[in-house]
Amino acid sequence: MPITRDEVAHLAQLARLAVTDEELDVFAGQLDVILAAVARVGEVAADDIAPMTHAVPLTNVLRPDVITPSLPREQALAAAPATEGGRFRVPQILEDEQ
Amino acid sequence: MTQTLSYDDVIARYEPVIGLETHVELGTASKMFCGCSTTFGAEPNTQTCPVCLGLPGSLPVTNAAAIEFTIRIGLALNCEIARWCRFARKNYFYPDMPKDFQISQYDEPLCTDGWLDVDVDGQTVRVEIERVHLEEDTGKTLHVGGATGRIHGATHSLVDYNRAGIPLVEVVTKPVAGIGSRAPQVAKAYVTELRDILRTLGVSDVRMEQGSLRCDVNTSLRPIAASALGTRTETKNVNSLRSVERAVRSEMLRQAELLDTGRRIVQETRHFQEDTGRSRPGRSKEEATDYRYFPEPDLVPLAPEPTWVDTIKASLPELPSARRRRIAGELGASDRDMIAMANTGVVDLVAVTVAAGASAAEARNWWMGHLAQQANATDVEPAALSITPEQVARVIALVADGTLSTGLARQVVDGVLETGHDPDRVIDERGLRTVTDAGTLTAAIDEAIAAHPDIADKVRGGKVAAAGVLVGAVMKATRGQADAASVRALLLDRLGTDGE
Amino acid sequence: MTELTRLTAAATAEAVAAGTVSAVDVTEAHLARIAAVDYRLHAFLQVDAEGALQAARAVDAARANGDRLGALAGVPLALKDVVVTKDLETTSGSAILKGWIPPYDATITRRLREAGVVILGKTNMDEFAMGSSTENSAFGPTHNPWDLARVPGGSSGGSSAAVAGFEAPLGIGTDTGGSIRQPAAVCGLVGAKPTYGGVSRYGLIAFSSSLDQAGPFARTVLDAALLHEVIAGHDPADSTSIDAPVPPVVAAARSGATGDLGGLTVGVVTELSGEGYQPGVTAAFADALTRLEAAGAKVAEVSCRHFGYALPAYYLIAPSEASSNLARFDGVRYGLRVGDDGTRTLEEVMALTREAGFGAEVKRRIILGTYALSSGYYAAYYGQAQKVRTLITRDFRAAFETCDVLVSPTTPTVAFPIGERADDPMAMYAADLCTLPASLAGLPALSVPCGLSEGLPVGLQVMAPALADDRIYRVAAALEASYDSPFIDEAPEL
Repeated sequence: MPITRDEVAHLAQLARLAVTDEELDVFAGQLDVILAAVARVGEVAADDIAPMTHAVPLTNVLRPDVITPSLPREQALAAAPATEGGRFRVPQILEDEQ
Repeated sequence: MTQTLSYDDVIARYEPVIGLETHVELGTASKMFCGCSTTFGAEPNTQTCPVCLGLPGSLPVTNAAAIEFTIRIGLALNCEIARWCRFARKNYFYPDMPKDFQISQYDEPLCTDGWLDVDVDGQTVRVEIERVHLEEDTGKTLHVGGATGRIHGATHSLVDYNRAGIPLVEVVTKPVAGIGSRAPQVAKAYVTELRDILRTLGVSDVRMEQGSLRCDVNTSLRPIAASALGTRTETKNVNSLRSVERAVRSEMLRQAELLDTGRRIVQETRHFQEDTGRSRPGRSKEEATDYRYFPEPDLVPLAPEPTWVDTIKASLPELPSARRRRIAGELGASDRDMIAMANTGVVDLVAVTVAAGASAAEARNWWMGHLAQQANATDVEPAALSITPEQVARVIALVADGTLSTGLARQVVDGVLETGHDPDRVIDERGLRTVTDAGTLTAAIDEAIAAHPDIADKVRGGKVAAAGVLVGAVMKATRGQADAASVRALLLDRLGTDGE
Repeated sequence: MTELTRLTAAATAEAVAAGTVSAVDVTEAHLARIAAVDYRLHAFLQVDAEGALQAARAVDAARANGDRLGALAGVPLALKDVVVTKDLETTSGSAILKGWIPPYDATITRRLREAGVVILGKTNMDEFAMGSSTENSAFGPTHNPWDLARVPGGSSGGSSAAVAGFEAPLGIGTDTGGSIRQPAAVCGLVGAKPTYGGVSRYGLIAFSSSLDQAGPFARTVLDAALLHEVIAGHDPADSTSIDAPVPPVVAAARSGATGDLGGLTVGVVTELSGEGYQPGVTAAFADALTRLEAAGAKVAEVSCRHFGYALPAYYLIAPSEASSNLARFDGVRYGLRVGDDGTRTLEEVMALTREAGFGAEVKRRIILGTYALSSGYYAAYYGQAQKVRTLITRDFRAAFETCDVLVSPTTPTVAFPIGERADDPMAMYAADLCTLPASLAGLPALSVPCGLSEGLPVGLQVMAPALADDRIYRVAAALEASYDSPFIDEAPEL
């Protein structure tokens, strides 16, 4: 099932990428080839096989509820493109909070 | 939209189904995945670090207390505790989320399938709990430049990440149906009971005004006798107990109006507004973003040891419902009394007053009567009055031993409420002791007799009922500090009748 | 001074500890070498001369003070720019992070500093470690010291070029699907990916969290082992860090160097050979097998029939995790912001920032990962890929029932010319064919030089069970000892 240009545009939107028309064409073609190759995973993995999400067989890695020092505020804000009144400043938000 | 429907109209034609999603900020000392403090009210962005700012390279490590608190909540809500579960990433872009994904739980919550019984008008409604899961809170966004501080009309926004990463538990109910007109009260009673449980468990300070308890209310209507559920809406921003009730009620009215006029309900998120008691539409769920959940690879699975869960279970404190049952027994209170006391918010106050030595009847009279009125008059909860149950018990004891008359006792209580001083100090400061000195009383009685010779004659002639006027005069003369019964006895004795 | 740049790390550390040379002299020699040759290699993005000399002076002062020095005190190192360094610009090879000065150190940065290792600077890499050639860096490609027209491998190509070009005796890379082993192979170096969880990931800018692992580059097996021991060990700041003793890799490297592999069974993976493998690579590999046999090892062929699915599984899992890991680069808290002219919304500014700040390969993988995780496709792609991971792990487990280690060529070809595969993602991805299975299973694996093909280095990969990192060093050291002289000596003068 080939991936369409529209699908790539939708994915780019989900991923917050303002891709150009030219990129859409290139990516659609390349993703088609890549997806055809990676779809092979469907050939072998059966229902009775558990997915492996972690390479280490660890469970319950927890830390004690202890306060450690925070960054000084100047350091927290130092790399921000814009700040105001000790907060990170962003342009107007179009969408509602989730 | 003008609302012309009455609530009774709605109930006559529609069956409401509600569901509640309650977010609770846990009262751990440090955040969910880092050691930053969770203290409320700090200067913006002073409680952040590479982890909760989502700096490149940083990694989360789970706070053990957050897991324990969540299990505690699950057990108190009669849930199954997962033997094995994982955190998942919920992916969406929003500036209050430092990583642009939220670490949450998706299809493997820590606690599932519980229930909570709530009392509404003396009847028990069982609210089934679908899940209790753990996630990280977001930062706080301040919208600047608009008229109302809302997102619409703002020129830009400012973000504070102090709250980002505070452990947040979400308690989700199953749909609650079959409650008819009581739906708004059930919603309020559920959140109230949940709040009391959380407070009793010591897992959160549950302050709705500070946002540590936040509620989303799902509401749908279906025509009576229909079987399929109606389209539901989710009302967010419901940030007081009173609003929970109002939000359900107003949404029922809004939906009924739409359905009555043949329009359809849009599945959407709505935002409740405290000032109007209505909600305004938000994002439509029908065009909801795809969150692309997947297991969080930076965290390993959780597998709470059954022995640990058992230990937590054994350490649970007495929960509010059990406590109420116990207190009812101790007070000898009927169901009706208990409901009345619960509605007034005085169950615990009465119980503590009794524990401090007062009789159940007197304690109840004080808290349900004079003190409830004072609380109402000053618009605070009885528990917030500046008198303690111990102080109330002391006043009751002073009445019992004759030190105070009933009238004086009220003055003493009001003095405590005003000053916060102990009853004995108020009595001394204001000279509110009962006059028992025989000389003083006899003088006052003689004066009263002299002032009302005609009435004194009537009493002497056997019209004992007329003595009230003379007693009143004596009480007035002693500024209420005499005990009316003693005055009456002395007066009758003085006039040579035995009062029979 | 040139002499100092040709010493091994072990010899350098010994000389510094003995006082025959100062750490400052060693550092200055390497800074001079960088100044002389790096304009041709472009291995470094940042050279921190001041910080390096300060660290060297501290080592010399400690020695003068009679303090006990670490095993690599005073030895210079080239640090991949994916590793966060406090007060030193860290970009992960991306324009979106250009100019970012981190307020904290990665755990491995801290361990290197505490051990007295001298960090010379930050090395070039494929953007966010996505690539096999270092051509995907936002700051221009790195050149292979063996042939400047060829790639140094990737994504850790800056570190491999720096070590192969004698700019540093040690380098740190990170390996997600082969990003240490493949550049080590094509630059004629030793490069090891430790067991997943063996080295802390705290402060590594994440590409694919369930696969990323940092490890050493060196010109000898012993040097790599010494560096491995410095950076490895449990870290409470990384939930996936293993709380177990570090495998005795230095001891293993020393024992392997005696050339005795008696009692050891080496499995040759059938699936990692054949079509697509250059004849020169196959020949060097075959020669290495005879040397392992000569050292006393039993060499047997084993089949791991699901290894062929490693590449498709990897190119679903890594992009999926990356699409989420890279979401945070949104122009709010750090890094680039584009298009904030007062008229655009945050959503537009985020999308323009990410469009401008990410290179083509990164965008391609973000879109691929977004697709693989989206509802409706998750089960068929991400879910299936994780099952393949299980199958590959089972293949390994079965093979390790009869073999102590498994071997293969590290990469099917020698270093390819810069630009050759730039427009063909699938051809580029094939460079990681042999390294992907151990990545997916989280196993330790190492590349060690095993010959030259047309004058360019060929690497042999050794893989071992989890936490048996010592075995890969033992086998590699024995093979290394079987050659008369180090291949690196045949690298051309720059």
